[in-house]
Amino acid sequence: MRELTFRDALNEALDEELTRDPDTFLMGEEVGAYNGAYKVSRGLLDKHGPKRVIDSPISELGFVGLGVGAAMAGLKPIVEVMTWNFAILAMDQIVNTAAKMHYMSAGALTCPIVFRGPNGAASSLAAQHSQWFEAQYAYFPGLKVIVPGTPADAKGLLKTAIRDPDPVVFMESETMYSWKGMVPDGEYTIPIGVGDIKREGTDCTIVAWGKALKIALDGAELLAKEGINCEVVDPRTIRPLDETIIVNSVMKTGACVVLEEGWPYFNVGAQISDIVQLACFDVLDSPVIRVTGADVPMPYAKTLEALARPDETSVVAGVKTALNVRS
Amino acid sequence: MAKPSYGLAEKLDRSALVEMYRQLVLLRRFEERCAQQYALQKIAGFCHLYIGQEAVAVGTEAALNPDDYVISAYREHGQILARGTPPGPVMAELFGKVTGVAQGKGGSMHLYDIPRNFYGGWGIVGAQIPLALGTAYASKYRGDKRVTVCYFGEAAVNQGAFHEALNMAALWKVPAIFICENNRYGMGTPIEVSSALTDVYKRASAYGIPGEYADGMDTLAMYDAVKKAADRARAGEGPTLLEARTYRYRGHSMSDPAVYRTREEVDDERKNDPLPKMRAWVLAKKAAKEAELVAIEEQIEKDVEESIRFAEESPWPEGIEEVYKHVYVDPIGHGEAK
Repeated sequence: MRELTFRDALNEALDEELTRDPDTFLMGEEVGAYNGAYKVSRGLLDKHGPKRVIDSPISELGFVGLGVGAAMAGLKPIVEVMTWNFAILAMDQIVNTAAKMHYMSAGALTCPIVFRGPNGAASSLAAQHSQWFEAQYAYFPGLKVIVPGTPADAKGLLKTAIRDPDPVVFMESETMYSWKGMVPDGEYTIPIGVGDIKREGTDCTIVAWGKALKIALDGAELLAKEGINCEVVDPRTIRPLDETIIVNSVMKTGACVVLEEGWPYFNVGAQISDIVQLACFDVLDSPVIRVTGADVPMPYAKTLEALARPDETSVVAGVKTALNVRS
Repeated sequence: MAKPSYGLAEKLDRSALVEMYRQLVLLRRFEERCAQQYALQKIAGFCHLYIGQEAVAVGTEAALNPDDYVISAYREHGQILARGTPPGPVMAELFGKVTGVAQGKGGSMHLYDIPRNFYGGWGIVGAQIPLALGTAYASKYRGDKRVTVCYFGEAAVNQGAFHEALNMAALWKVPAIFICENNRYGMGTPIEVSSALTDVYKRASAYGIPGEYADGMDTLAMYDAVKKAADRARAGEGPTLLEARTYRYRGHSMSDPAVYRTREEVDDERKNDPLPKMRAWVLAKKAAKEAELVAIEEQIEKDVEESIRFAEESPWPEGIEEVYKHVYVDPIGHGEAK
C-alpha cells in the first residue's frame, strides 16, 4: 500500500488500462497537451501518444457521440467530460444511444464505453457548475453508474469500468482530486455493484457515496464521542446498486440515514429509502431519514453556499432524528 | 443543374445495372406493401416510408463495399434492403415478430444488420451523425479501409450534432460520406422555412471539405457521386458532404396526410421517378431484355408477398424474461429482472 491522491489513483488506472488494451483511447477537452483540466490525465499523452490520448473540440454532444459510435464499432473509448454539468449537452448520446443500443438491437450491438469526469459542487463555482447527476443517469436502464469515495475504490472501479462491456457513467469530484488515501500496490480491480462497509457500527446505518462519504465518516466520528456507534455503508456504484449490503446493515442497526450532497427531490436517497422501508420495515424504529443539500440552485457567496450544503453536523442531526435522540 | 454525365457509372457492368434496377423495384414494392400492412394494423407505431427516395440508397450501395458501415435515421427500410438484408426479417421486425432483425425490440425505426454492417436505425433527428463519426473514427484508428456512409435528412443539418460531427470529421479526416437526403420537408416544414441556406452542400465550406450535389432521383448519378466520395475517403483524403436532392411521395410518416404540399407538386416530382429512368437505361444499355425485367418485377412481387407471409406466420416474442433480456451485456444481477 502507498498513499496516493484521488487524481493519481485515477491516472494510474487510465495508464494501466491504456497499456493493457490497445482498443482503449482517452478523448476529451484538454486531456492531452494540457494534461487534463484537473491533471487526471497528466503524462498520458507523452507516454501513449496522440492516437491514444486525443484532445477534442468543445463539442460535448459530438465527441461523446463519437465515443459511442466507436464503441459500437468495437473500440473501448474512455470519454472525459470536463464536468458532468457540461455533459448535459451530451445526454442524448448517453441516454438515447449508448443506454439503448444493446436492447434495441436485441443484443447485436454493444457499447463498451466509459464516460467520466467530476460531479457535484466544488467551491464557489455557482449554480451552473455545482450540480449532482448520479440520480439522473441511474434512472435509465442500460447505464451503469459508479461514484467512488476513496482513491483505492476509484482506481479499482475505473479499471473495471473500462473493461466492462456496457456503458458506464463514472463520477469523480474536483474537490476530491487532491485528497489522499491508501491504494494497494500492483494490479487490482473492484467489481461493479458491490458496496463496502467503510466503518462498522451497531446503532445506525449511514449510506453515503462519493464526496459525501467523508462527511458521513466525519459525522460518525462526532457521534462516536457521544456514544452513538454508526455504520457507514458506501454502495460505490449507484446502478447496479448493492441493495443487500444496505439492507443487511439496517437489519443489524435498525436505523437508517441516507446522506446525499445533491437535491432532496427524486434523488438516489429516495430510492434507497424505498428499498430500506420495504425490506426492513419490521426492524425500523423510525422512518429512514434523508440528509441532503438545500432545494435551491447553488449560490456563489461562501456564506450562502455553506448553508446550502450538508456537513457533518447535518449528519449528526439526521442520525439523532433517526434514533429519536434529543440533541 | 446540368444533366449528370454518368462518368463512373458508365463503367458499371450489365449485371450491376440489372441488380440496381432489381433493388429499386424491391424497395418500392416493399414500401407499398408496408403502407398496406400498416392500414391493416399489422405494422404499428411510427412508420416512415422511403417511396420516392429509392435512387439514393440503391445508387449509394452500388458504390460501397460490403464491409463499409452504413448508419441512418428512422426512414431506413429501403436502406437496409439495399444493404442486402432479406425482406422477410425486415418485414417481421415491422410486425414486431421474434424473427425480425431486432427480434421485435426495435421496430420500424430501429433496424439493424450487423453482419452486413448496417448499424441502425436511430430515432432522434441528427443523433446518428456523431455515431457515424465514431465508426469512421474507428476505421481510421484501426487503419482499415472501411468507409462509413451516414444518411440524414435536410432538417437534421440544423441540429448541433451535425455541426459538431462534421467539424471533427473534417479535423481528423475520417473516412466518412455524409449523405443528406434533401426531400425538402422536415415533417411538414419546408426547408425554406427552416434553413437560412437551402443548398445543403454549401455547408461543407464551413468545414473545408468537399460539398457535392447529386440528383437523388437518379440512381446512376447517386452512384457516381458516392463512388467519388468513397474513393477519396479510402485514399485517406477525408469526408465528403453529399446533398442528394430527392422527394418522398408519401407523408412524413403513415400518420401524415401531407396536406402542406400540393397535389401538383407531388405529381411534378413523380415525373422524375427513378424506376422508369433506370429501367430505360438498362434496356438502352442492353443489360437485360424486356422479358427479363418483367420476370424480375414478378419475382419481387412474390418475394415481398413471401416476406409478409413470413412475418405473419412468425411467432411473437413472449415472456417477462424477454422483456428484461438485452438491457445489459453483464447485468450482474442487481436491480434487474427481480
